[in-house]
Amino acid sequence: MKKLILGTAALALSASLAWADTVRMGTEGAYPPYNFINDAGEVDGFEREVGDELCKRAGLTCEWVKNDWDSIIPNLVSGNYDTIIAGMSITAERDEVIDFTQDYFPPTASAYVAASDGVDTMKGVIAAQAATIQAGHVAESGATLVEFATPEETIAAVRNGEADAVLADYDYLVPLVEESNGELMFVGDPVPLGGGVGMGLRESDGELRDKFDAAITSMKEDGSLNTLLKKWFGDDTQTY
Amino acid sequence: MFSFCADPDTLGTFRWFSCYLTTGVHMSFYLSFLKVLLLLAITAPVALGFGFLGAMSARSHIPPVSWLGKIYIAIVRGVPDIAFFLFFVIALDQVFEWSRHQILCPEWTEPVRQGSDFIVCPIAKLPLGTSPEWVHETYGFFLAVITFAIVFGAFAANVLYGGMRAVPRAQLETAEAYGMTRRQTFWRILVPQMWVYALPGLSNLWMVLIKATPLLFLLGIEDIVYWARELGGTKTSRFTDYPHGDWRMWYFLFLLVFYLAFTRVSEVVLERLMTRLTHGQATSGGEAQRKAAA
Repeated sequence: MKKLILGTAALALSASLAWADTVRMGTEGAYPPYNFINDAGEVDGFEREVGDELCKRAGLTCEWVKNDWDSIIPNLVSGNYDTIIAGMSITAERDEVIDFTQDYFPPTASAYVAASDGVDTMKGVIAAQAATIQAGHVAESGATLVEFATPEETIAAVRNGEADAVLADYDYLVPLVEESNGELMFVGDPVPLGGGVGMGLRESDGELRDKFDAAITSMKEDGSLNTLLKKWFGDDTQTY
Repeated sequence: MFSFCADPDTLGTFRWFSCYLTTGVHMSFYLSFLKVLLLLAITAPVALGFGFLGAMSARSHIPPVSWLGKIYIAIVRGVPDIAFFLFFVIALDQVFEWSRHQILCPEWTEPVRQGSDFIVCPIAKLPLGTSPEWVHETYGFFLAVITFAIVFGAFAANVLYGGMRAVPRAQLETAEAYGMTRRQTFWRILVPQMWVYALPGLSNLWMVLIKATPLLFLLGIEDIVYWARELGGTKTSRFTDYPHGDWRMWYFLFLLVFYLAFTRVSEVVLERLMTRLTHGQATSGGEAQRKAAA
């Protein structure tokens, strides 16, 4: 009997060790080039490649999970997945609820895009995705903020005239402006926002955070992170 | 899918669309229609079951049972669907995990709630962290079915309760006069006759249920609305072989047609069911049928 109990305990222990090795990576899948759904229906993008490489270096098995941006933090803290890797900038407000690794994308510039020149980005109606640093910035800038659940809708609001301009990450806007046949254009000055993009983890998950931190450091040191940055964001992007 | 899809830029319109509409993401889109139909097929009978139990307990002669039924009907009908869907599913998931945690990991000493984090031991997680993605999705689907069934069950309970009270008192008195027990009266006289009174209300509920399926998206299930939004969004040529502008209108138009066709089919089926249930009933509809036949 004693042996049986010991055996079960050992089994449970080894099983729980094996469990700790699968990490579920939560992402939005609607914010190219950071993350998006490719033609085959899989998560793809800069963060997909970085995430897979980080997991390899940290010796973890990773699985990708899609989640709505609105509920991406609540679902992390209630344990539906273990990390957020969704172009999420490190901010003090978010840091109160979740923990961040060091940044794997340098502090970015956000930019305004409008359908015509000469839009006053300090007044006017500005679209931004809800619960983002951009939405926070617009609310403080004195302009009228309209929020949308997805980045796609913020662009559509500018196209159909509901908003005068949209504020979003510069890198998200570049391909859209390039392929709009001149309908969309950058206006005003870029706004530096946030403390870089990092992976979000539960505050109680310190061990996992250290593993990812170490993996990010090693990717920064051997230059592989820079290679990926250049691949997805062009040669002019900021590197480490 | 097709061999000529390797380089979509060079294709004519027809071939381009035949490639575009058969990409992996579009397959997920088509699959999500099956998901919605499956949800309806499972939820409707389960909700009806909940409704029947609710109505039965609401008209029970034992006060606590009756209160329970009435409280269920009143609370669930009173709370907005969206609030219920957002709150209830996370709460239900945490209740499951918490109970498993208590049973499976009694030696675990750390608190389950740490600040905003909800931490249970790894073997108590539902589904387990190691489970493949489809298990997680099935579990989410299962939570969705329960939530839908509870919400629509409350409405169905009220409809059935009304249906039961609409059965003519004379029918029940006759049953008593024949010496039937209360249970016999209920199952042999009341239940077979109440459907005809309940069906208009139930068919209403079914229509509302069909249209409520986009709420699935709130529960993190990738339903037809999610995919229509995702696929219809602007796609630039850097990230896909099939760039296009904002096509969400066309995708949503397709959903509109789908929902209209589906509700129309339902109407026809329900109409037939009504004719059937009316047969031989002591209602004006039943009387009309009798006269037409005679």
